[in-house]
Amino acid sequence: MSSPSTQTANADPRDELPEHLPALRAFAMSLTRNSASADDLVQDTIVKAWSNIEKFQVGTNMRAWLFTILRNTFYSDRRKRKREVADPEGVHAASLCEKPAHDGRLAMNDFMRAFDQLSPEHREVLILVGASGFSYEEAAETMGVKVGTVKSRANRARARLAEMLHLEEGEHLLSGVDASSLAVLGRSGTAAA
Amino acid sequence: MTNEMADDKSKASIKEQINQNLKKAYETALNEDVPDRFNDLLAQLRKKEGGK
Repeated sequence: MSSPSTQTANADPRDELPEHLPALRAFAMSLTRNSASADDLVQDTIVKAWSNIEKFQVGTNMRAWLFTILRNTFYSDRRKRKREVADPEGVHAASLCEKPAHDGRLAMNDFMRAFDQLSPEHREVLILVGASGFSYEEAAETMGVKVGTVKSRANRARARLAEMLHLEEGEHLLSGVDASSLAVLGRSGTAAA
Repeated sequence: MTNEMADDKSKASIKEQINQNLKKAYETALNEDVPDRFNDLLAQLRKKEGGK
């Protein structure tokens, strides 16, 4: 019996793996924040995807499937490692007491330093919905949570970033910079290291 | 403009700036060359399979 899916059913979905490598590395980088760990994570993901390819439903979103394997591997490795070393999460709570860039826009360095201090769960949700082009539904599927959870987690993550970067609501970020810079300086004057 | 409207506007602006930076970070990583080890790995996996 012939069907429209005959052609795709015959193709090996594993042939598609190379084209997802750059995205897998970018996603791994956002979770690990370390290029050596990111590449190890991508390697483990590829091996798992290869040997479990029969679990991939042809015609569905392979990138989301691969991202799911990658993040599950990341969190499971992390749980294992947590038993060996102390959780450094506690030291990540400090706020960056810095004056925003002169033009009022975020300097990339400051942004990345703040991003690094987020929990992996927050980095993950922000990258998925804010940068990777995933819909809320795809992000929810990848993260194994409800769409509402994705939205609320993304909001909390953004609020945390804004807090660390002193992007307070009500401050005009792209204009009226002087007033907000002064406010930040005043606040951070005593706390600055 | 009411205060509420100003707040909504600045909230949207914060979100926009954060997303711009996220995209920049993601795209920087996305545009990196993929190390040979990954294509080697895929070739190896393929070879192992063929050998069965």
